Amino acid sequence: MNDIYLDYAATTYIDPVVKKSMERYFTKDFGNPGSFNSYGLIAKKTVDDARERIAGILNADANEIVFTGSGTESINLAIKGVARVLREKGKHIITQKTEHHAVLETCRYLEKEEGFEATYLDVDKYGMIDLNELESSIRKDTVLISIMYANNEIGTIQLIKEIANIAKKHGVILHTDACQAAGFLDIDVKNIGVDLMTLNGSKIYAPKGIGLLYVKKGTPIKAIMHGGGQEFGLRPGTENVPSIVGFARALELVQKNKDKESKRLGKLRNMLIRGIMEKIPKTILNGHPTMRLPNNVNVSILNIEGEALLLHLNEEGICISTGSACTSNSLEPSHVILAIGLPYEAAHGSIRFTLGKKTNKKDIERVLEVMPGFVDSLRMISPVHLEVNEILNEAK
Amino acid sequence: MSEELYVLHKDVRVKVDAKKTNDWFYSDTVKEHFFSPRNFLRDKHEIDDFDGYGDVGSAACGDRMSMWIKIDKKNDKIIDCKWQTFGCGSAISSTSMLSVMIIENGGMKIDDALKIKPQDIVKRLEELPARKYHCSVLGDKALRAAINDYFRKTKQYNRIVEEGAKVIDTALKITDKDIEEAVLEGATTFEELQKKTKIGVKDKSCIPEAKQLLKFYMEKYFGKEDGKNG
Repeated sequence: MNDIYLDYAATTYIDPVVKKSMERYFTKDFGNPGSFNSYGLIAKKTVDDARERIAGILNADANEIVFTGSGTESINLAIKGVARVLREKGKHIITQKTEHHAVLETCRYLEKEEGFEATYLDVDKYGMIDLNELESSIRKDTVLISIMYANNEIGTIQLIKEIANIAKKHGVILHTDACQAAGFLDIDVKNIGVDLMTLNGSKIYAPKGIGLLYVKKGTPIKAIMHGGGQEFGLRPGTENVPSIVGFARALELVQKNKDKESKRLGKLRNMLIRGIMEKIPKTILNGHPTMRLPNNVNVSILNIEGEALLLHLNEEGICISTGSACTSNSLEPSHVILAIGLPYEAAHGSIRFTLGKKTNKKDIERVLEVMPGFVDSLRMISPVHLEVNEILNEAK
Repeated sequence: MSEELYVLHKDVRVKVDAKKTNDWFYSDTVKEHFFSPRNFLRDKHEIDDFDGYGDVGSAACGDRMSMWIKIDKKNDKIIDCKWQTFGCGSAISSTSMLSVMIIENGGMKIDDALKIKPQDIVKRLEELPARKYHCSVLGDKALRAAINDYFRKTKQYNRIVEEGAKVIDTALKITDKDIEEAVLEGATTFEELQKKTKIGVKDKSCIPEAKQLLKFYMEKYFGKEDGKNG
């Protein structure tokens, strides 16, 4: 039996077309774009071409695209890079509680080490921020807002255009982490209206270790690493030519197919959600019922612990992830599940399925066939017997 | 009774045997006990037959264990032990293993059962990642709670061993239990302990005792050397 991989939000495989597009840049056209010789020239042209194509997809200019080594690096560059330029103007940053750790920890770092102050906005039970609260939290010294486009754990999609309007109205720079959104949503930067946007390769069938930061012309930002002046001086280091090529190809593919793929996966997602809710009592759907990524299912299965269920599913070849404390490095349960107001009990029992290109109906049927039995077994040996309404009453 | 091997999933059981590989998250023994846990309480009606009951942890903390024991009063032996666990793979496996250790060879003397330490369970499980140690700690705590319950019910009050926490840092009310917890969460040096608990930040007089307790718990859980799980 083949493995059923349902952890696409963690990372995807590399699309064979993408892989093929990269191949010649490993061995044949391997030059350094900074070299003044024919190898270097080919490499430079290759990177320029990829940058142009990506700029086209984002409706941006080529010199607004900065390649980096990952989504995390792009986020660090965006937040630290802007904050450090504007520190004389103000030292206040606004973000929200369900951001990726790359955003949260970067903000905490600036608070701790560089005297900034960050506001972490609450989210509602679906994971949405309150736009009024966002607006009223903007102060004279607010220099940056960083709000993710779509959440990696629960798939909730923020109202990024409205957020951009608020930021613009108050003259505050807006960064969005769009890593999870890139495969499914509109990433036309003029249309959504952001100043900075992070994307990465490993969520869209491109290699790991490649990311980009869109930097709108005129945005005050400076480098956080120093060296050879590549990437308009914002990200030194020899360009990762093959990965840049693969990234461009992958972005073209997912954006071209996004409507069709969103529709296809949305159906499978709904089938999985409905199936779980029908077959497994005492289950809570985490995230927004409609404003959610078409590939994301996140549920809290009461009275069992997520890692235990993960191990059972894994043994069946079904690969998922959990928000349980047991699998995190910090031994803390998911900050996202806690932020949407669920108590710890429900966070420990949360599991995430994220669907992707190879997911089909049979996979979902298989999950729905075996999962109720595993839940039953674990509940049979569990001394905890909470009901959904007890959990929801405890929720804020 | 004690020989029962309850298989949760037939398919899985076959796979566990057939797939003798080491590519799993835990040792083969942990895996085996996880997929085929022994001695768990299946039927609530069984409870009436038991002489002692203990319940520790909470679902909010990520682990909760209940344990029921049956005593051969004449010989002061635990002759049956059932449990229920809410927790991760290693929590389930370590409770299962503990129950086996108690009732194998016709049962364990209560005094011996009280001496079971977390590392004894870990040893029988072959290995547990260091960060999963707290799961096995809960097992022996649940057992002690059940034994105390039996002592209480049979009025053997002098035998009850209370696990009262002792305040070490009087300024911040940090107890020996907090230090134990910090060690289980990975503190290996005093600096790490202080980072986790803030112990000694205000009440500097407690630092020598805190250091001693750190050493004690390090040795208790991780052996005499450098805190590595052997």
